[in-house]
Amino acid sequence: MEILTDVINAVVLLLNFVIVPALSYGSQLALGALGVTLVFGILRFANFAHGDTMAFGTMITILATWWLQSKGVSLGPLPTALLALPVGILMTILILVITDKAVYRYYRRHKAVPVTFMIASMGVMFMMNGIVRFVIGPNDQRFLDGERFIIRARDFKAATGLSEGLSIKVSQGLTVVIVILLVIALFWFLQKTRTGKAMRAFSDNEDLALLSGVDPDRVVLVTWIITGILATIAGTLYGLDKSFKPFTYLQLLLPMFAAAIVGGIGNPVGAIVGGYVIAFSEVVVTYAYKKVFIYLLPQSLEPDSLLQLLSTDYKFAVSFLLLVLVLLVRPTGILRGKVL
Amino acid sequence: MSVLIGENMVGGYGGADILRGCTVAVDEGEIAVIVGPNGAGKSTAMKALLGMIELNSGSVRFRGKEISALTPQARIALGIAFVPQNNNVFTNMTVFENLEMGAFLREDDISETVDQIYQLFPILAEKRNQLAGELSGGQRQQVAVARALMSQPSVLMLDEPTAGVSPIVMDELFDRILEVRQAGVAILMVEQNARQALSIADKGYVLVVGENRHTDSGRALLANPEVRRSFLGG
Repeated sequence: MEILTDVINAVVLLLNFVIVPALSYGSQLALGALGVTLVFGILRFANFAHGDTMAFGTMITILATWWLQSKGVSLGPLPTALLALPVGILMTILILVITDKAVYRYYRRHKAVPVTFMIASMGVMFMMNGIVRFVIGPNDQRFLDGERFIIRARDFKAATGLSEGLSIKVSQGLTVVIVILLVIALFWFLQKTRTGKAMRAFSDNEDLALLSGVDPDRVVLVTWIITGILATIAGTLYGLDKSFKPFTYLQLLLPMFAAAIVGGIGNPVGAIVGGYVIAFSEVVVTYAYKKVFIYLLPQSLEPDSLLQLLSTDYKFAVSFLLLVLVLLVRPTGILRGKVL
Repeated sequence: MSVLIGENMVGGYGGADILRGCTVAVDEGEIAVIVGPNGAGKSTAMKALLGMIELNSGSVRFRGKEISALTPQARIALGIAFVPQNNNVFTNMTVFENLEMGAFLREDDISETVDQIYQLFPILAEKRNQLAGELSGGQRQQVAVARALMSQPSVLMLDEPTAGVSPIVMDELFDRILEVRQAGVAILMVEQNARQALSIADKGYVLVVGENRHTDSGRALLANPEVRRSFLGG
């Protein structure tokens, strides 16, 4: 009986510190990677500005949240930021469309090679990063309000009598629910609607899509609109879950690109798979398993070290490693995207 | 009057002119075939009709109206469909979705046209939910022609539709093309398999270095000793 309790305690420990955090982080990465993959599949370049687009959208959402809060508006147990999201999304779409008209359209007209677009997107990245830091500052911003937890560790312990607690934050639950709904909506759009099919056709074979009468300007516009929606929501969920700091969004670029490429770039399903693969690898490799083994092993075998494969400082190395491995072994990614 | 005519076309891809005053035309319910040696400008002539290259001089007219200033998209909207030689299907989309894309500019109900296409190409009905990229070369070619027909064009242009397919598939494809002609569609194709193509052609153009060398009915060209000697291998 005691052994059974130990095993359950170990499982709860893993759930609390590995599965739940990785699930919500993976969902956030998946949304980010979807944006990267859409731009790559349809506009055919690696958009380095995506991380800072997320930061921009989140910033606007935060400003709108603060304004709503100052007016006394709240969503009760849910974060007020959800109400502010539409404002963030609209402004992000606006700035994406403006950058497209000001920067990318020129290179499209001149049929520039993808690497030129990529470098241009780095310029856009620095611009957006500058705007965000200028407006909201480089520091941490907290904007989460409402209820903090769905399940509190203390309540969980009291209810189950276990010595390990499980806590699930509202932001984690929201992340998973919103990402599922958003992904369903996106796939329905791509598979069933006329515009969605035109976008897939354009991504598949641009010349033939043009020969079929697809309007390229419209496809580009809709791609930026979807990218704006995905980036703002991904950024806001990440900010609610952790905190908002412009620099972390720049750093997110690596795991997001890793997710998109590992899953198969240009392939939306691949982006989602890749998001979870990267998130789980990062968390699994950087978690210290000492306590888990204390529960599972007899007392005489109790480990002395932390049993941590990699310090959390090196979590980005995990994305790199996976990226290199996949590019070496299966360059198309897990689900066969395009080859870079 | 020809449905589509390119008259005295001069032009190329920048650089030297590939087309040097050639004329190509096609009528309703007629198959016109462009043959000629490599580098004669066969595909270029077709691209010029579609507006994919700019002409230095000459005119392109659709039902008597000058269209040389129009973009390829605008010409497609008029009812000109084009099947490129390569990459002519959406490989990551199903056969049915390929057909839907062909009818992209149509706003009416397309189910009747889809049924007609399935009658014309029964194999496509069978494979309707399969990805076009998973089909054999001959089947892909059928998808490519079917996609173009979905827009109910008045002119169908085919760039070497039988390139790389087996002789049996080629015969079948030509049979289908003859059926399409029955529906009153004007068909213009460029072909490497000159002998077979001319045998089903109402009109044949032999191009050499961007100029018309011979223009006659398909049968007459096949019977012409000079054409036989120079272009059909005796």
